[in-house]
Amino acid sequence: MGKTFSEKLLGAKADREVQAGDVVTVSPDFILSHDNSAAIIKKFQQIGVKKVRVPHKIVIVLDHVVPASSEKYALNHKIIREFVGEQKINNFFDISTGICHQVFSEKGFAMPGKLILGADSHTTSYGAFGAFSAGIGRSEVASLWATDEIWLKVPETLKIEMEGKLSNGVFAKDVILKIIGDQGADRANYKAVEFAGKAAQEFSIASRLVLSNMAAEMGAKNGYFPPDNKTTGYLKNRAQQPYEIVSSDSDANYESILRYDVSSVVPQVASPHTVDNVRPVAEVEGLKFHQALIGTCTNGRLEDLEAASRMLKGKKVDPSVRVLVIPASREVYLQAMRKGIMEVFSEAGCVILNPGCGPCLGAHQGILAPGEIALSTANRNFRGRMGSRDSEIYLASPATVAASAVEGKITDPRKYS
Amino acid sequence: MKKGKVWKYGDNVNTDVIYPGKYTYSMLEPDEMASHALEDLDPEFAKNVNPGDFIVAGRNFGCGSSREQAATCLKYAGIQAIIAKSFARIFFRNAINQGLPVIQSEEAARTIEGGEEIRIDFSKGKIRSQKGDFTFSPYPASVMEIIKAGGLIPYTKEKIKRGKLGK
Ligand code: SF4
Repeated sequence: MGKTFSEKLLGAKADREVQAGDVVTVSPDFILSHDNSAAIIKKFQQIGVKKVRVPHKIVIVLDHVVPASSEKYALNHKIIREFVGEQKINNFFDISTGICHQVFSEKGFAMPGKLILGADSHTTSYGAFGAFSAGIGRSEVASLWATDEIWLKVPETLKIEMEGKLSNGVFAKDVILKIIGDQGADRANYKAVEFAGKAAQEFSIASRLVLSNMAAEMGAKNGYFPPDNKTTGYLKNRAQQPYEIVSSDSDANYESILRYDVSSVVPQVASPHTVDNVRPVAEVEGLKFHQALIGTCTNGRLEDLEAASRMLKGKKVDPSVRVLVIPASREVYLQAMRKGIMEVFSEAGCVILNPGCGPCLGAHQGILAPGEIALSTANRNFRGRMGSRDSEIYLASPATVAASAVEGKITDPRKYS
Repeated sequence: MKKGKVWKYGDNVNTDVIYPGKYTYSMLEPDEMASHALEDLDPEFAKNVNPGDFIVAGRNFGCGSSREQAATCLKYAGIQAIIAKSFARIFFRNAINQGLPVIQSEEAARTIEGGEEIRIDFSKGKIRSQKGDFTFSPYPASVMEIIKAGGLIPYTKEKIKRGKLGK
């Protein structure tokens, strides 16, 4: 019997033959954290060692509340800046760079065959590049900084075979929302997800990131795409290290294989307050909302901004909604600016914010009041996530969000494409 | 046997309702965290929870963010253990790493009711409730060591002191 990607990669790291269910002790290639590094530093200091064990494995990106919106956040950032200076952590990206998952990818840390662990649940994103990447907690990151080792269970793998071609106005976001809606928010709990099939290969790197990112919303430990020439092309002049492609054997043992024909997928919307509360846009069409958010680590890349700007070009945002646009990184911001996309947003009446998480986690830049409704390109719609516990969040693709912003109510973007 | 009162909740209790995102990077003290525990799900919880109480919940408890405070705030609110039909992966790790026992038992989670008093024997893997007894498999030794040490940080500290690192 052959092995899955996860079995091969974790086996190689543990230096022995392993199969799903085994527990291994391993050293990751990279360890990611963000603004939560301040809390991690505190825990690291409690362990009582002076120096982090392997400084070059640590990657820290300030993104969650940037620039600092209060004295407390400012102090956290200061503690982190001082720590990275003392510990000679060179892979530090300050508030001007963007959302950790986008920056980590752009700077070439996300590579095939690498083991990446991060103190953020959407660390699953780097599966888009063929890495094994999983979210862990803060104590675990502190402990990794001190010891460079951690235990992981080798997960079973759920394979999602995708065939067919997306119709106009339908995007990667609609596909993953459809899958999560069908399968439920815990279908992949403790498991690895492998996105396979012709349609998976058709997806751009940016689109693959949408699926791998949101694999976390099915509970997945990682969300792997087999690397191909799109992957190696993206990594040319970016990759931080040499890398080796690791793939599943053709006779590997999967927990299940799900099949999806993406040609039949229509634009999808996740309604409050769970990500698996998904239905076709037609069923929520006409619903009024107050704030739109185009951005986040799920849908803040150039491809997303382009799709949104096509809906907004030459039009005005409906006066009843406020639209926040947040490029996922400075690199994306610059590309969008050079292409004239930012001009489209601004002329349409959108508020363009600096690259970062923005209001995605309800800490600043566009908090919802009681009774307000947001339509967002983010990955989560949990109660109270963007502000008041009496507000609501709907999730959709950038095209759906932008088309809806024009009409002031939830709208099928295919009308405009 | 340790006894305590049960707070009962449903499926998919996510980390945002356990510990809202707006506090995640601004509060660092565990007692402060505890005062906001479950704020967006059950505003009565933090006010009325007693040390030694239990949470019993449905499927996928702790889904969502990797924020460890979701486990920390419940532990410092006094919760002795959580019984659920299933736990989200990262929450499961976080709870163990905070020294907060989590018990997966479909039957116990279905049967036990809110407000009732139950007893748990961790070493024997036994839950005693008014509706009957339930068993669960005790943790593997490695996990038990982390819980006994009071969490991953004290555990790692010990390990380093004893020079017991793998590599
Ligand atoms: S954009 Fe939202 S989901 Fe992504 S890392 Fe930031 S807070 Fe988390």
